Amino acid sequence: MIASLSLILLCQLVGEVIARGLFLPMPGPVLGLLLLLLLLLLRDRFAVLARGPLQGDGVENASRGLLANLSLLFVPAGVGVVQKLDLIAVHGIAIVAVLAISVLVTLLMTVGTFLVVSRLLSRRRSAP
Amino acid sequence: MSDNPFSLWVYLSQSPLLWLTVTLLTYAVADAVSQATHRNPLANPVLHSMWIIGAFLLLTGTSYTTYFGGAQFVHFLLGPATVALAVPLYENRKQVTAAILPMLAALLVGSVTAIVSVLLLAQAAGLPRAVVLSLAPKSVTAGVAMGISESLHADPSLTAVAVVLTGIMGAVIVTPLMNRIGITDFRARGFAVGIAAHGIGTARAFQVDAVAGVFAGIAMSLNALVTSLLVPLVVTLLVR
Repeated sequence: MIASLSLILLCQLVGEVIARGLFLPMPGPVLGLLLLLLLLLLRDRFAVLARGPLQGDGVENASRGLLANLSLLFVPAGVGVVQKLDLIAVHGIAIVAVLAISVLVTLLMTVGTFLVVSRLLSRRRSAP
Repeated sequence: MSDNPFSLWVYLSQSPLLWLTVTLLTYAVADAVSQATHRNPLANPVLHSMWIIGAFLLLTGTSYTTYFGGAQFVHFLLGPATVALAVPLYENRKQVTAAILPMLAALLVGSVTAIVSVLLLAQAAGLPRAVVLSLAPKSVTAGVAMGISESLHADPSLTAVAVVLTGIMGAVIVTPLMNRIGITDFRARGFAVGIAAHGIGTARAFQVDAVAGVFAGIAMSLNALVTSLLVPLVVTLLVR
């Protein structure tokens, strides 16, 4: 458990060091994600790596535990709304409307693109 | 102690213990209610925790800084949780590589739509420039969005609020919307909510369908990558 959490934190730390050190525009945790994915894939290739948190579902279970409660992690940032009450009194309705329309449009465009491309591909695959 | 019960409150209200407990307890209750309503989208646990804790802070005259002293331990886990997304990605790698082209196309269209639509709409609504910039990264997960906001010299705390509101709205509308327009491909449904509504949408997707959850998680992590590259570019093109 502790070793698995350490591995996750270590990936994030290395990601953060690389991102800040090389002035990359992408965030440290995203690089950490790629690093952990790489480790898991390499473990399947090289048996030497299958030890500690990388064996017996160690890091897998720790990750599942974190992700099972993902929405809890957004609560502290969301409560930050209490700092913005004066802004919300003036622009609140406009901000909510803008965000709502943007979410709706984004959902529709994304789902549409996904379906159109996957249908085009399966049609090409079924054609000789 | 009994001669001044107020001193106990003064002590507790400044300690991280109280605010961490309030955060976890409120969420646990909101989540139990959500479960009791069979995960009705309107019973979204983040939405209800947010206003209940917010109201409690206002009623007790507690500053957000004091609250965050306790809640930061929860907030901190956003980073490790992003790293943890590697696991569902790894476990479903076959399904992911099989759908790689539709995913990449939807990723590109989706993240551009999310940024461009919010910038155009916010400017059309006449919002001040600082607010417009703070809304730009609202479709990526909070930690990443706040970083982008900082690099734009916008207001990261406003960005965090926009991120959470976006996530809640996406999580609330996705299921009725997709059912209404008759989309049955749970890969596509999950991917869309992961792009539009990051972690809160992903949490919602995992409640509805395991495959949808995995694709939402992938979409959310890919979007964090793409959006951090795209926002500075789109902002220089669109914001005067």
